[in-house]
Amino acid sequence: MFSRKRWKEAGTAYTLLSPTLFVLLLFVIGPILFAIYLSFHKVQLLGGASFEFVGFDNFTRILDDTRAKIALWNTVKYVAIVVPTQTMLALVLAATLNAGLKGEKFFRIVYFLPTLTSSAVLTLIFMWMYNQNGLVNHVLQFFGLPTYNWLGDPSVALNAIMIMNIWSTAPFFMVIYLAALQDIPDSLYEAAELDGANAWHKFWYVTVPYLKPVTSFVVIMGLIGTFQLFDQSYIFSGGSGGPNNATLTVVLLIYQYAFKSLGTMGYAAALAFALAIVILLATWLQRKFSKEESLY
Amino acid sequence: MKKFGKALLYTILVLYAIVTMIPFLWALSSSFKTLEEIVSGSINFIPKHFTLDNYKQIFIEQELFPRWFMNSVIIAVTVTILNLMFNSMAGYALARLHFRGKQTIFMIILAVLMIPAQVTMIPNYLILKQLGWLNSYQGMIVPAMINATFIFMMRQFFINFPKELEEAAALDGLSRIGTFFRIVLPLARPALAAQAIFVFMGSWNDFMRPLIILSDPNLFTLPLGLNSFKGQYISYWNYIMAASMVFTLPVLVIYAFFNRYFIKGISFTGGK
Repeated sequence: MFSRKRWKEAGTAYTLLSPTLFVLLLFVIGPILFAIYLSFHKVQLLGGASFEFVGFDNFTRILDDTRAKIALWNTVKYVAIVVPTQTMLALVLAATLNAGLKGEKFFRIVYFLPTLTSSAVLTLIFMWMYNQNGLVNHVLQFFGLPTYNWLGDPSVALNAIMIMNIWSTAPFFMVIYLAALQDIPDSLYEAAELDGANAWHKFWYVTVPYLKPVTSFVVIMGLIGTFQLFDQSYIFSGGSGGPNNATLTVVLLIYQYAFKSLGTMGYAAALAFALAIVILLATWLQRKFSKEESLY
Repeated sequence: MKKFGKALLYTILVLYAIVTMIPFLWALSSSFKTLEEIVSGSINFIPKHFTLDNYKQIFIEQELFPRWFMNSVIIAVTVTILNLMFNSMAGYALARLHFRGKQTIFMIILAVLMIPAQVTMIPNYLILKQLGWLNSYQGMIVPAMINATFIFMMRQFFINFPKELEEAAALDGLSRIGTFFRIVLPLARPALAAQAIFVFMGSWNDFMRPLIILSDPNLFTLPLGLNSFKGQYISYWNYIMAASMVFTLPVLVIYAFFNRYFIKGISFTGGK
């Protein structure tokens, strides 16, 4: 009797889980195993698909591939600048919004607009603003600053994407900070005030340490997101990663090798694994770093 | 001193609001300008010759726009409905039922959260190709009909759900599945609303998956269509901005109605 009830419960559970298990097996776990297989083969898709075992060739090839090095360098540069900047901006905006001023709700709604808008639309709007004769250059000129050929000059094209993405992602993380800020007990600030702390002291010695776990989360999410930069680079450069590979990212390179050139799908799979490892390593380093810091 | 501090804070807020608004206002204003004014490179936000022509013209120049709009709606709405059902079902089973394999399945779902999409994207393409699902709605919908993040979120939600309600339903002779659909799910509305918005937006704004799966222009979604439209009309920024504005509108409308759930949903994904 008892075991029949247990069987029934297990049956119910697996019925409820069946759509999830179906998708997990067919489109996640299966593909991961398949990706491992692909990364050790040379794949030809002309006519029927053919797979030729090549051992570690796809992985060693990464080391000789100049474009892979450029893509990795661009991506790392992008991550190293965008993640700290957007995190700090998000924190400052959230702290300012949380200061109890009037109109907080209005500002919050305005700030959130970029998060809602699709990457395709945002990229098009910025391409239009970055036009040689466009708004950004006009503003720079007005302030007597040098103007750039944002879309065509390899030395600034990636910076153009950085600016755009810091602008569009910071508000999302701001909302996460905002939710956490509202949980900081007032008594902490009152105690700091008794010790004679000014607004800056309170921010630096109460708010920032209290938010450390949230910052850690925001940085990890930021790392994962920035390492996977694709849409903006693709639309910006029409899929080429140009000018002169300046906006070529690792994911864009994976896309090109997988779908735009023949016989390199296995190599693309190997690159995808390399990227996964880089991301894991970066998040692991971040965790280790923030743990050591919290010892003090 | 206090007053000075307040003024400083307001300055920061207003300046950043301007920084946020300018790209949108500039796009909106460009969408009402004539091509002549666009080409001249003038930087006035009020169009010299205000025109609605661009909005008419894009639908004449590119008759597939309504089609792309419909594709995006069909895919995003279906994906959202299926996610709400399936993620809740899985979350409930993992939170409330006892069965062999539960821990394993839960660990797998957590592990899936860590795997970057690029690893599965290539084999998924081959699998969809084998199934004959490239260039189809099901190719876009089926792989996206569950989401590990939201299964996890629903599990957390159901763990804190009062047991008494279910026990009462069981006494009334309702089966476990009946209880789930008729008692539990209707009470999970706030969690479902937050989830619905994020899944819908994710699908509506997705660029990479449709780029890989869809090559037939008739099946393009909006972001993809917009990108190909840009390719054809590269210097007609008045058209491109008009098209961008038309396709941003639905999301803004949804946001206007549901903005409190946005904040809730984000603070939830923020690990709270």
